[in-house]
Amino acid sequence: MTTATLPDTHADSGGPGFLRRHRMTLAPLLFLAPGVLFFLVYVIFPIFQSFQVSFYRWDGLGQPEFIGLQNYQELATDRAFEVSLWNNMKWLVLYLLAIPGGLFIALFLNQTVAGIRIYKSLFFFPFVISQVVVGLVFTWFYDPTFGLLNTLLESIGLPAINVLGDPTLATYGIIAAGLWPQIAYCMILYLTGLNAVDPEQIEAARLDGAKGLRMLWHVILPQLRPATFIAFVVTIIGALRSFDLISIMTNGGPFGSTRVLSFYMFEKALSEYGFRMGYGAAIAVVLFLIMLCFIAYFLWSMWRQERGR
Amino acid sequence: MFPRPIQQASRPAQITYQSLIPVALLMWLLPLVAVAIFSIKPDTDFTAGNYWGWPSSFQGLANYGKVFFESDMPRYLMNSVLITVPTVIGAVALSCMTGFALGVYKFRGNLWLFFMFVAGNFVPFQILMVPVRDLTLDLGLYNTKMGLVLFHVAFQTGFCTLFMRNFIRALPFELIEAARVEGVAEWRIFWFVVLPLMKPAIAALSVLIFTFIWNDYFWAVVLTQGAESQPVTAGITSFNAQYRAAYHLMSAGSIVAALPPVAMFFLMQRHFIAGLTLGAVK
Repeated sequence: MTTATLPDTHADSGGPGFLRRHRMTLAPLLFLAPGVLFFLVYVIFPIFQSFQVSFYRWDGLGQPEFIGLQNYQELATDRAFEVSLWNNMKWLVLYLLAIPGGLFIALFLNQTVAGIRIYKSLFFFPFVISQVVVGLVFTWFYDPTFGLLNTLLESIGLPAINVLGDPTLATYGIIAAGLWPQIAYCMILYLTGLNAVDPEQIEAARLDGAKGLRMLWHVILPQLRPATFIAFVVTIIGALRSFDLISIMTNGGPFGSTRVLSFYMFEKALSEYGFRMGYGAAIAVVLFLIMLCFIAYFLWSMWRQERGR
Repeated sequence: MFPRPIQQASRPAQITYQSLIPVALLMWLLPLVAVAIFSIKPDTDFTAGNYWGWPSSFQGLANYGKVFFESDMPRYLMNSVLITVPTVIGAVALSCMTGFALGVYKFRGNLWLFFMFVAGNFVPFQILMVPVRDLTLDLGLYNTKMGLVLFHVAFQTGFCTLFMRNFIRALPFELIEAARVEGVAEWRIFWFVVLPLMKPAIAALSVLIFTFIWNDYFWAVVLTQGAESQPVTAGITSFNAQYRAAYHLMSAGSIVAALPPVAMFFLMQRHFIAGLTLGAVK
């Protein structure tokens, strides 16, 4: 027992034989356990539970009643669902404008003049503020009685428009508000990407007489591919997650014309007129399946990169 | 450098560029500037219809004073802090471990587990809403800050693991090998060898998660109600209901609610941007 008092620099490395022999198996297991457990309980299992709930009629309190595919059959004839689905498509397509928009501002700002760092951060500003505040700011911007937009329109002699009160315009108005922070995000991705572009290649291309758009397309953009990929990922995710802006700016109206699936699901599941958890879950499942196509593509791209290492 | 440095252009072009930037910036931030002006205007300007003119008097102090001393705003702000800070600590701590395990050890299913985190991080919130709300109710944590924190920690662990794992992959693996040859225990390698090298990643994730959680609105509405536990994003809507049509106060309130992540961003810009690019664009 006297040896135990000797100073041991690796106090635990001489532990019980079993632990020591299996440490390369046990260590990752123990490091992973808390994170994986949490993630399974709060993220992975709920996905499957939502699938299950979508086959039930359930008000969130009483006993759920199994009704098979009825929720999905109802979706097929639900006009509001159709409108939401269409709006989601509009969001997806128009939100992608954030990528060229961000690239454009990044190219504009990629200079070294005095104070440019501050300008870059200030251009990035809209991304840092919460979507709730962005929504409020744009609601006031669009306001028909005093909004800055109409003040400007009238000053150049155009008729005033009530963007958020017009069912045909409202969704586009909200998407424009959403593009504001999203363009800022893409801009910062491209600014960091442009920093890493190989100057020698640019010089070589310049000697070959390339410039302007041709240079951008053939020399710069290929080198910006990692940035474009991330911009694409975050923009798609952002488009399908749009909820805050709609909830703040129009609350789905006018006449439900600005609903998207994420908002419609929330509205159905936790509506004032009684909770319809099952129906809400069915909407969520549809949204999830749309997203799954993109997730599969992202993972496939990542997998190819991993194998390339 | 692309585009061609403006210094190589003609003098007029340079001057045009230099003067164009502030104008472009002003236009870009116009909606925000408008709110900032609103927030220092007196009440009477709005009733008099003076929306866009110069403020007839400077009421910034009075307006912001009202927000801080005569509304629930300080409580909402406090709630936001009490939700955001524990989430940042929890998610970063968990993902340091998962990122380490996935980045350093080779075992079957490693890539699958990693992809589980990545995929989970991309799912729409709505597919989780009903079960998570139910789980939170069952745990007796509905309408508590704790309930929100637990969910946020779990969900953000997905994104953080993606980030940490890629960061650890880029570290020199020989360091770990050398420590193993020395017979250093695995947890000591984690604590004394890898963790100190992860400081930049931890800083980047902390600012980023802080912003994400501070700005969260959806889960705040789903899992809480009322001033005792709602964060400021959800609180601002009740605040606005309280001061309906009092645009000067609503503007001041919005600016106060938006400020903490903005301050965070300006203080830790480098880390923030490193985090946003997911470490992939350097």
